Amino acid sequence: MKKNPETSFFDIIKQATEDLFIIWRNEMKRVVHDQGALIFFLLVPFLYPIIYAFIYTNETVREVPAVVVDESGSNLSREFVQKVDATPDVHVIGYCSDMEEARNALKERKAYGIIRLPDDFSRRINRTEQATVALYCDMSGLLYYKSMLVACTDASLEMNDEIIIERKPLTTEREEEITTQPLKYEYVTMFNPTNGFASFIIPAVLILIIQQTLLLGIGLINGSARERGLFHTHAIHGDVRGTLRLVAGKSLCYLMIYSVTALWLLIYLPRLFRLVQIPQGWDLLTFMIPFILASIFFAMTLSILVRQRETCMPLFVFTSLPLLFISGISWPGAAVPEGWRIVSWLFPSTFGINGFVRINSLGALLKDVQTEYIALWIQTGVYFLTACATYRYLMYDSRKKALAARKKEQEEQTSNITER
Amino acid sequence: MNCSNGLCKVFKRECRRLISRPLYIFCMVVAPLACAWFFTSLMSNGLPADLPVGAVDMDDTQTTREILRNLDAFTQVKITQRYPNLSEAREAMQKGEIYACYYIPEGTTAELLASRQPTISFYTNASLIVAGSLTYRDMRTMSALANASVGLKVLQAKGVPEKTARELLQPIVIDTHPLNNPWLNYSVYLNNTILPGILMLLIFMITAFSIGIEMKEGTIAQWLELAGGNTVIALLGKLLPQTVIFFLVGITYDVWLYAILQFPCNSGIMPLLAATLLMVIASQAFAVFLFALFPTLRLSLSACSLWGMLSFSISGFSFPVMAMHPALQTLSVLFPLRHYFLIYVNQTLNGYPPSEIWTSYAALAGFVILPFLVIKRLDNVLKKFDYIP
Repeated sequence: MKKNPETSFFDIIKQATEDLFIIWRNEMKRVVHDQGALIFFLLVPFLYPIIYAFIYTNETVREVPAVVVDESGSNLSREFVQKVDATPDVHVIGYCSDMEEARNALKERKAYGIIRLPDDFSRRINRTEQATVALYCDMSGLLYYKSMLVACTDASLEMNDEIIIERKPLTTEREEEITTQPLKYEYVTMFNPTNGFASFIIPAVLILIIQQTLLLGIGLINGSARERGLFHTHAIHGDVRGTLRLVAGKSLCYLMIYSVTALWLLIYLPRLFRLVQIPQGWDLLTFMIPFILASIFFAMTLSILVRQRETCMPLFVFTSLPLLFISGISWPGAAVPEGWRIVSWLFPSTFGINGFVRINSLGALLKDVQTEYIALWIQTGVYFLTACATYRYLMYDSRKKALAARKKEQEEQTSNITER
Repeated sequence: MNCSNGLCKVFKRECRRLISRPLYIFCMVVAPLACAWFFTSLMSNGLPADLPVGAVDMDDTQTTREILRNLDAFTQVKITQRYPNLSEAREAMQKGEIYACYYIPEGTTAELLASRQPTISFYTNASLIVAGSLTYRDMRTMSALANASVGLKVLQAKGVPEKTARELLQPIVIDTHPLNNPWLNYSVYLNNTILPGILMLLIFMITAFSIGIEMKEGTIAQWLELAGGNTVIALLGKLLPQTVIFFLVGITYDVWLYAILQFPCNSGIMPLLAATLLMVIASQAFAVFLFALFPTLRLSLSACSLWGMLSFSISGFSFPVMAMHPALQTLSVLFPLRHYFLIYVNQTLNGYPPSEIWTSYAALAGFVILPFLVIKRLDNVLKKFDYIP
């Protein structure tokens, strides 16, 4: 289209803004009237994390059931078992006469670990030789193993100190204590004081929900328009001007919906479930803007894969799991192979999760997550361009098909007339 | 091949449909295999090695440097950076540069020499649970070893021989036997359930999609006609080709995990294949059941997504079911992945006899029966319901 020399710059801006708001309003109406889109944009972000938080509500594994095979049967071995039982991590449910019986308890899932005290346990200690406690652990869950190991190590360290002090081969008790422990170690867990599972996994899941529901919702909307051949009717102009206004107007609509969704997911929900939250309000807000924008344009771009309304689900739902692992939270980022790390830069969730976890759980400021923040803005820019290309293609394609269909219809009509 | 009966006709028709749509090929073959490749190569090290940690050495003497060198020698952590003070180390942690930090206060060496028991602190970032646990383990070993070595020197200086000194210092040691996964391999621990879980999710989706799309595209009449109007035959003919493909993908998983990557398998091949086949059929049956409950394409796919995604959390492979709320412990029975996980643990990992596993098999078989309980409704749904967007 040729530019009319008489229209001033101001008029163009005015026209563009008006068009943009018409597109925005139409998109809002479309979302409100589409039950499927509402489920993805509002219901899933509202309900899913509640179920999720409920599953992990206990945060840690306490009192893992264990059985004891006490071949020593001495005061010392009983003392050891008592000390293990006294820890919050392990609960001794009973004694077994031999390993066979103990293994059966494991098979029947009554216990998840076996503590075996050999028959020379107290004899060796009394002879000032080293005694060994054997720990057998069911490996169906790593958290069982960790609890068993922590409980037994704590019990053994405590008993070691007592035994050494009782022996008193040296002059004073104090000197003896210092010989056993010349250095004291202090273990400080920062940022997640309860060491809880919920505080660890849920922040990452919350961010992922934003990206994935956008993928599903926008895929659903575009899929519906495409299968009905109506995509071109979403735009006001059919040319380049139209593309920019279409992308801007639609993304404004999603941005408004997701500013509500994100507020619920990132501010109220963690508060509701008392997850670790060190709020740096403005930093969080500033960081989330490029993340939501990048996710919107990312979803708009990928909607090219969705040809039908419902296919967004088989296409996108399963990707949540690989995306969670590639982000470097479930699996330490430092251990992600280089090739996969580069692949992970494609997804807004990678930078979103890393930045959000640090701001939310570690109390980082915006300047501490500069890399992620800049990366998200770059993604916003790149995916904006690809979204424009996608929408332009969809628009042209849809109009071409509509014109072809109309032409065919007309030809049929004329041929009908001539036949008559 | 000449087809006279309805089952065969529907089977052939379904094969043509599966090939005609790229979505089927993507979700049934490409996606599950790509996920297997992704997860196993992501965790190919088994245990994350050389996690970056920082050090703040305010004392900076030969002794403290030796302590730090010892820490560095451990496989799971690597001192990558030194910081002049704790607040800078804390900032580095917030930037995600390091996972943990060692802090040695000023005067440590002097206090050591004066036998005044100085304290060394180890700050770790517990909001990353895998990394946090790993550094925690190293820290424990480290403190035991460092103390032993310092104590050893003291005792040796007093003329006690080294072996005796060691025994004197550690009367009790713990000897751990992580049963059947002695390397504490995370890849073994996670992939055996994540990969079947993803396959299950995709089976749910494709089953519901392939039935629902007939409703949407108005081809149900044609489909049922080939089956002679019999819903059971129509469904069987439709799902059998998918069973074959998914079972082949499942076998590929088994070969990849247990034959090529050599994950522990203490059950033999036949029980492994039996579990895989039953998992595939149970997932398909469960998806048919969900479709009968939510007889529209979109709602049934949504239900499948929800169930498939929740499986990962509720099956108990990452966070044990016994630590969950009692209501959830009961609910977990309704997830096929939970039973498959129990079969994997008891049969494949631990090699227990069938007497310990049959309940899980029975539960999976129970899912296969589910569609037959709602067969009347299914019949009704297929013959009378219309597509709802």
